[in-house]
Amino acid sequence: MEFGPHLLLASLEGAVAAAVLALTALGLSLVFGVMRVVNVAHGEFFMLGAVLAWWFANLVVGNPALGFIIALVGAPLVVGVMALIADRLVLRRLHYDPEATIVATIGMLYILQQLALTFYGPDARPVVAPINFRVNFPWFGYSGYKFIVIAAAVVLMLGVWLLLARTKIGLIMRATQYDREMAQAFGIPVQRVYAGVFALGAMLAAVAAVLIVPIQQAHYLMGQDPLLLSFIVVIIGGLGSLRGTVVAAIFIGMSDGIISVFFSPTLAKILATLLVAMVLVYRPAGLFGARTA
Amino acid sequence: MNGMVLDRALALHLGVVALLFVLQFILPAYHHGIVARVLVLASFALGYNILFGYTGLLSLGHALFFGAGIYGTGLVMREFGWPASAALFSGILSAVTVSLIVGFLALRTVGVAFMIVTLMFAQAGYLTSLYFNEFTRGDEGFVLQQATRVIGPFDLSEPTTRYFAALLLFAIGLLIKLALVRSSTGRVLVSIRENEERSRMLGYNPFRYKLLALVVSGAFAGAAGAMYGLLFGYVGATFVTIQYSIFPLLWVLLGGAGTVLGPLVGTLFMFYLVDLTSGFTTASLLVVGVSLVVLILWFPKGLLGTVRQRVLPWLP
Amino acid sequence: MAAVTLLSARGLTRAFGGLRAVDQVDFDLPAGQVRAVIGPNGAGKTTFVNLLCGRLAPSEGSIHFEGKDITRQPAHARVASGIAYTFQITSIFGKLSLYDNVALAAQRRLISDKTAGRAAGGLLHRRTMAALERVELAPLAQQIAGSLSYGHQRLLEIAMGLALGPKLLILDEPTQGLADGEIENFVALVRGVADEATVLLIEHNMGVVMNLADRITVLNFGKVLAEGSPAEVRADAAVQSAYLGA
Repeated sequence: MEFGPHLLLASLEGAVAAAVLALTALGLSLVFGVMRVVNVAHGEFFMLGAVLAWWFANLVVGNPALGFIIALVGAPLVVGVMALIADRLVLRRLHYDPEATIVATIGMLYILQQLALTFYGPDARPVVAPINFRVNFPWFGYSGYKFIVIAAAVVLMLGVWLLLARTKIGLIMRATQYDREMAQAFGIPVQRVYAGVFALGAMLAAVAAVLIVPIQQAHYLMGQDPLLLSFIVVIIGGLGSLRGTVVAAIFIGMSDGIISVFFSPTLAKILATLLVAMVLVYRPAGLFGARTA
Repeated sequence: MNGMVLDRALALHLGVVALLFVLQFILPAYHHGIVARVLVLASFALGYNILFGYTGLLSLGHALFFGAGIYGTGLVMREFGWPASAALFSGILSAVTVSLIVGFLALRTVGVAFMIVTLMFAQAGYLTSLYFNEFTRGDEGFVLQQATRVIGPFDLSEPTTRYFAALLLFAIGLLIKLALVRSSTGRVLVSIRENEERSRMLGYNPFRYKLLALVVSGAFAGAAGAMYGLLFGYVGATFVTIQYSIFPLLWVLLGGAGTVLGPLVGTLFMFYLVDLTSGFTTASLLVVGVSLVVLILWFPKGLLGTVRQRVLPWLP
Repeated sequence: MAAVTLLSARGLTRAFGGLRAVDQVDFDLPAGQVRAVIGPNGAGKTTFVNLLCGRLAPSEGSIHFEGKDITRQPAHARVASGIAYTFQITSIFGKLSLYDNVALAAQRRLISDKTAGRAAGGLLHRRTMAALERVELAPLAQQIAGSLSYGHQRLLEIAMGLALGPKLLILDEPTQGLADGEIENFVALVRGVADEATVLLIEHNMGVVMNLADRITVLNFGKVLAEGSPAEVRADAAVQSAYLGA
């Protein structure tokens, strides 16, 4: 293949990666922004979403589209409930202390991984794509499902934006983010807002995972990479800035996709992690996060 | 009165070392090997505790320093044929160098940002060990030939020698740490943990002391890593994974952050907990995860921290 | 008394956005004096001493201590060279013992003082206990500082300042929140300190100021409004109008 088509292919792959990454990172960013909690178990919510998607999809035999739709609704709901339980049993008792919650979510990471290993097993399993058509370019054919992933991610992100910017729930969340004590004084049920935000963040990761399982198989260790990449995105985008998160996700997802096609993916990751460290050291507000969204 | 308190503490720590020495003659072979491993890893945790327990800095990247130690030793032996004694120093020196660089950068940040920066540096280190798999053999790792694991007349792969070498490392680490935390410098480290701004206004440069704590804990980690490679003969990328950053945190939390002996108690306890539970479940990850959550929820002071609070207020 | 100038500031300015909290202040403090800085709320007193001890960097101007330019020196280096600062809001190490609190200050002085040499251990203990005795807290040495009453915590702050063995002791609102009896003790204590160190005192309580200060500097809107002996300042019409609200 020549350079031009090769680049097009790389860009398409990058766009799919960026779409899924943006959703996942948005969840992490939301939780950090509102609750000041760094959720190290975020990648495991992603993994649970994928594993549950496989389980739901296999409830229906012979109709992949129906199975996928059940998974798309069911997996995030189950993950959301698990996040609510985690919030209630652990995070709330720690009063959302930033350092203690990091240790606790590391513990949750191991617990969730072990649960997946015990009940799902060590194998990687695919979920059949709900649709099966190819978009034919002059040089290569491309999976139509991947375009659906991009479209679905955009729709979901618009939904989150509408929720935050245009609804009363969003207003309450922003008020809590701005000043927790003040919000409490004004009668906002901060505990419930926190629980809801934590569940929403986990569900965003889960839904991103459901979208990706027809492309990438479900496996109990698959949460590591999305966690790391989400960290990178959230930090480069500016901690707690949702707009910065989305911009950075597109930037990182695209460049990761493109660099991985042309160069070693390991080298790309080394450079990205070092970039994150340097951004935190020298520009803690992030590269794109000068204004907070 | 003060002098008496100090002697009591010193006697306790020397007693622990003596007990570990005697244990070598009593323990059955299986536990013999476990305790040797625990002693090396507890030395890693001793250093981590200087940074976390005494100075109040929570690093999520100490696997990098452990890894610098083990690779700094293993690679020079395999690639250049260095003798084990020189390789040991090379391992410690690598860890000190890496911790100096990381410290200069990471200590510009505080709190959560510090945790993430150290995590990212360690992750970059892990990926680097995979990237250069021509030398490191990546995940697979490499074995150090038994014939090369010798210092003077001592064959480090022989179980009794191995146990004593591990104990020697631990004893040196324990006494250095005890001396450090009881010194004026130790008091300054604690003051930074308690109230950094006040400490600055007493004339201490917080950056300098934090860097010192980080480099000392990096040297401990490097020495433990180097020794681990020499005693057990295996070097691999697994020692730079995030797990090896989490383990010292777990052991220190379990044993008691800010106690000199806590890391030993925590490491021993955790090893035997995993060992015992492995009889009826393979879910070792679950044990680690549940311990972390339970500790942070109900025993943030850890085992010895709680003992100190309730029974022995003089425990250093 | 043509004393040596210990500390001097020239054109010292600190702006926060458009607000010039300290504005072109010239200030000379001779060694051995007890100087009070007074002024209405928001006059820039705390900003001014924060500039002197290095917790804030000036926007313009320079500061000299013992003839040396310290304008760019970080706070910890200034403390090491002899400027001690006690916090307006009590800032002690609440979880450490009184002994450790004061020893932290005393050992700083030993680090600077290289002649102390190997005998430092005994010297540290003696100096720590001496500072605690001066504020009459020695019997509580092994108690945890956070369990002290507020008045005792203020005294502990001062003991920490004393143990640093400073050339200049800056006291930021030291009598705030103290009972009358405690204030009397405090005045006697500062009188004693003045024999060894120069004292710069920010204070609201006029009784304390008139009682202690050799000289008074009045700040208003970040500028020096007046400077003189207590009697002169009391008689100054501009000061009266600033305080009484013209």
